[in-house]
Amino acid sequence: MLISVAIVLALLGAWELYVRLGSVDALLLPAPSAVAETLVEDRGMLWSNLTVTAAEIGFGILLALAVGLGLAIALHLSRSARTAVYPLLVASQAVPIVVVAPLLILWFGYDLGPKVAIIALLAFFPVVVVTLDALAATDAELLRLLRSMDATRWQRLRFVELPAAVPAAVSGAKVAVAVAVIGAVFAEYSGSDAGLGHLILQSIPQLETARAWAAVVVLAAFAVLLVSILAAAERRLSYGTRLPHSPKGPS
Amino acid sequence: MQSNTTAPARVGPPPEHTTAGAAVQLVRVHHRLGEVEVLGGIDLAVAHGETVALVGPSGCGKSTLLELVCGLQAPSAGRVDTEPAALLPQRDALLPWADALDNAALPLRLQGAGRGEARGTAAPLLAELGLEGFERARPHELSGGMRQRVAVARALLTGRGLLCLDEPFSALDAITRADTHRWLAGVLAAEPRTVLLVTHDVEEALVLADRVCVLSHRPARIVTELPIPGTRPRDPAADELVALRRAALEALRGC
Repeated sequence: MLISVAIVLALLGAWELYVRLGSVDALLLPAPSAVAETLVEDRGMLWSNLTVTAAEIGFGILLALAVGLGLAIALHLSRSARTAVYPLLVASQAVPIVVVAPLLILWFGYDLGPKVAIIALLAFFPVVVVTLDALAATDAELLRLLRSMDATRWQRLRFVELPAAVPAAVSGAKVAVAVAVIGAVFAEYSGSDAGLGHLILQSIPQLETARAWAAVVVLAAFAVLLVSILAAAERRLSYGTRLPHSPKGPS
Repeated sequence: MQSNTTAPARVGPPPEHTTAGAAVQLVRVHHRLGEVEVLGGIDLAVAHGETVALVGPSGCGKSTLLELVCGLQAPSAGRVDTEPAALLPQRDALLPWADALDNAALPLRLQGAGRGEARGTAAPLLAELGLEGFERARPHELSGGMRQRVAVARALLTGRGLLCLDEPFSALDAITRADTHRWLAGVLAAEPRTVLLVTHDVEEALVLADRVCVLSHRPARIVTELPIPGTRPRDPAADELVALRRAALEALRGC
């Protein structure tokens, strides 16, 4: 924590010096002090745009998790589905979102819907890949035991494979958060009337570069907040990594 | 281990005695895994309530034999007739994210009980097995011996009359293993079951079993059967057992 604060301070100092010494136009790169000033001055505008973008990202991640987990389970249960669908999933990630996004906006308008769809389209992929791998890596000994107790396919999934895959799914969600933030900016660039991405898009031609950078800072802080919530969830869900208690009683 | 004569009623349905004859009946059982002939014609009958130990060199196919008995594989040839069996795997195979009580209650959940009901049924047995106060401990918080007790509780709660033990104590240190042998003998006295015990530890077989079958190298056959006199748990230093151990080891060496 201390080290990351030191790194950030050092970078900010270097940046400030770089701008102050006049090597770059302040319209291209504002000094951190100017960005900080804008953060305070424009806090009302930044906050109202953040609520728009936060809703897009929140719903987008929820949709990505629902679709991602559902697909991972379906592909895990059916080998033929896996062979058929997995290449399509990879292909879906190869389609540049800038090509698809304007179409979605054209079809569904400037509302929340198309932005949630764009974010989910980008963010579901890491969830599927990581969860699918974890489901396949379930301890064979546990599955053998369940079979010896005549567990059905559904029971093996419910009692062993799914709980075993939970930590991986949370890891996938962490990657999804980072992707979702970028996705939200893309989606708002493609057509929107509010949100931090929209604000960035408007501020640059207005020569309000400091405001664009302030929006970036708010976005980054929001992403860090989401990832730390997930990291806390991950710590709660992890098992067997805490120090074992000294065994008491009969051994 | 406190004696508790009311125990069997709590553990669910009593062991079934539907088959008139043996609990386990293997007739000329052969098994191949790919090109390798693992079992080379096994004939074995285990009576209800009997504890039979299968002793053999490492890799001779003992675990495969248990998989056949537990219905996890079908034999390549021959007949396997057994009542439903509960498996006690080599590593305890406890669910690492579930506490001791949830692990023990797993077979009840698989039979359709809700979580609260299953935990309620399993709790008295866990206490009786010496794990009172550890119901909420996760497996990594328990010692190796305690984990095996949870695994034994889970096997008993399947309600099946036949227990298949696959080298269940091989990961324990010598002192814990001796303690666990005494403890298991006590449990089986309170909760009679038919037991098929696979082990490479001759002493474990002599202390726990009514009969010891010595298996040969692959393809495994039964080369010697040694009935063990006396009641369990036996003193491994008794004269009779010393003589039997010599006989078993000679049989193992000869094969």
